[in-house]
Amino acid sequence: MTYALETRGLDKHFGGLHVTRDLSLQIRPGARHALIGPNGAGKTTVINQLTGVLEPSSGRILLEGQDITDLPVHKRVLRGLSRTFQINQLYADLTPLETIGLAVSERLGGGGNWWRRMGTRDDINAEIAETLERFRLLDVMNDRTSTLPYGKQRLLEIAVAIAAKPRVLLLDEPAAGVPEGERKDILAAVAALPRDVTVLLIEHDMDLVFSFADRISVLVSGALLVEGAPDEVARDPQVKAVYLGEAA
Amino acid sequence: MTTNAQTEVGFHARQHGRWHWSEFAFWIVVLAVGLAFPSRYLIMTEILRLALFALSLDLILGYAGIVSLGHAAFFGVGAYCAGLLSVHGIINEPVLALIVAGLAATVLGFATSFLVIRGVDLTRLMVTLGIALLMEALAERFSNITGGTDGLQGIDIQPIFGVFAFDMFGKTGFFYSLAVLFVLFLLARVIVHSPFGLSLRAIKNNPLRAAAVGIPVNKRLIAIYTVAAFYAGVAGALFTQTTALASLDVFSFERSADLVLLLVIGGSGYLYGGLIGAAVFRMLQELFQWITPQYWMFWIGLVLVVIVLVGRHRIHAYALWLPNLILRQIAGRKAAVALTDNEAP
Repeated sequence: MTYALETRGLDKHFGGLHVTRDLSLQIRPGARHALIGPNGAGKTTVINQLTGVLEPSSGRILLEGQDITDLPVHKRVLRGLSRTFQINQLYADLTPLETIGLAVSERLGGGGNWWRRMGTRDDINAEIAETLERFRLLDVMNDRTSTLPYGKQRLLEIAVAIAAKPRVLLLDEPAAGVPEGERKDILAAVAALPRDVTVLLIEHDMDLVFSFADRISVLVSGALLVEGAPDEVARDPQVKAVYLGEAA
Repeated sequence: MTTNAQTEVGFHARQHGRWHWSEFAFWIVVLAVGLAFPSRYLIMTEILRLALFALSLDLILGYAGIVSLGHAAFFGVGAYCAGLLSVHGIINEPVLALIVAGLAATVLGFATSFLVIRGVDLTRLMVTLGIALLMEALAERFSNITGGTDGLQGIDIQPIFGVFAFDMFGKTGFFYSLAVLFVLFLLARVIVHSPFGLSLRAIKNNPLRAAAVGIPVNKRLIAIYTVAAFYAGVAGALFTQTTALASLDVFSFERSADLVLLLVIGGSGYLYGGLIGAAVFRMLQELFQWITPQYWMFWIGLVLVVIVLVGRHRIHAYALWLPNLILRQIAGRKAAVALTDNEAP
């Protein structure tokens, strides 16, 4: 079968530091897959290799069966692989309208257009409106991003990734740092992601992981420790040992 | 609901690129000043040229966040190219020569853009500075072509379209420069309000996120750097055509450095900063030279320090206090002139 996203023997060294070890992940189309592991397990390094920010030392990455290991970041996005960041990566001086507008323009092929004014294509406007509405950002669409409350910025972070209409979405700790009162909006947004989008979730919050994921991979010291359905993983003695801080 | 939202989104997305009445006012004032001081054409032409040059730097610095200390490289290539075209009688029509000179700078801009997009601010400062120094050294080395330290001899600019001859008062030169500046300003205005222009601002804000939504960051930076080189080349060609001079100092470091000062004075990222900065800078220079011919550099330096310390926003607020007061009296509360730094008016 063709996996939505697959890694084959992924390896990454930083000098003498071995941060990803022979990692082979298979993520099925439409899956809600979570990648968990203790601090320093190398989860974000994996994401950065998947998206092309970091080059793996060896191994291949396949998106829907096609090798994307050598593609630059923006080409992977256009192939349907999009991500959110653990720490918001937004445009401080731009508005949510502009932020989403850029992502939509880029995907619909109007991003390099230099002679047309923003806002003159109905198909682009319609999608911007739909995305802003879905993430409850319509009322703040003209505010500078840096002035938005943190929870709204977090929503915008997810909205931008969705605006790229990914077939595979990587969520890097979507609820990180969000105050309790604004959390439910984020969780609702994550739960409402379209079913045909394959999601790989990186998360510390076990409640979120177990309520969301139908498949869990546990990463320890850059290598895959266990993979399985949530209840299998929860019962696994090795996983318990890792999370209780004992030597496995 | 959704159609409403769509209409609203479209409206607000277009809002940014809409002409503000203060912009009309700006250009009317420019034209009025040009008509009102016929004895000052030479310095006003100089300001226009400087404004176009600054507009070029604003495109890469204010929008894409590329710092440069070597923008004179393109100015110089445009200047020499226009001069050589005239001396050798290759292209005698000034407008055509202007475009060709601009394109010559464009070629250099494209070729060097690959060096500039690598690295971050400090690297870029050094690389751009280095390129300008190289160009200056080359112009000196090939003095058989460029005239070396003596400058290019025998530049004789023919009438524009064969009709409008350059006169000794500089009237033709002034209106010619104004027309060129205005046309290129309009083009720049279209560019910065397009999706392409917005993507540049996105790259300046956060290149990591820009790439993560599918923006080809390097390609966009190369494109705008190349366009800016064209603008600078045209500014250089205007210099040659309106002064009938081209000498080594077109490549000088001071020329590049002054340009950064202009944008510090006028503000960057809203297109008018370079234009306002050019006028203020040149007039301050003139004023201080008149008051104290020997020490005018000291006063320019002092003004810059004050601008940076006090902050441009506050100075704008002070400067616009009186006009706003009058406007409010006449037009009610809503009309207020405001210059914003990072947003287009």
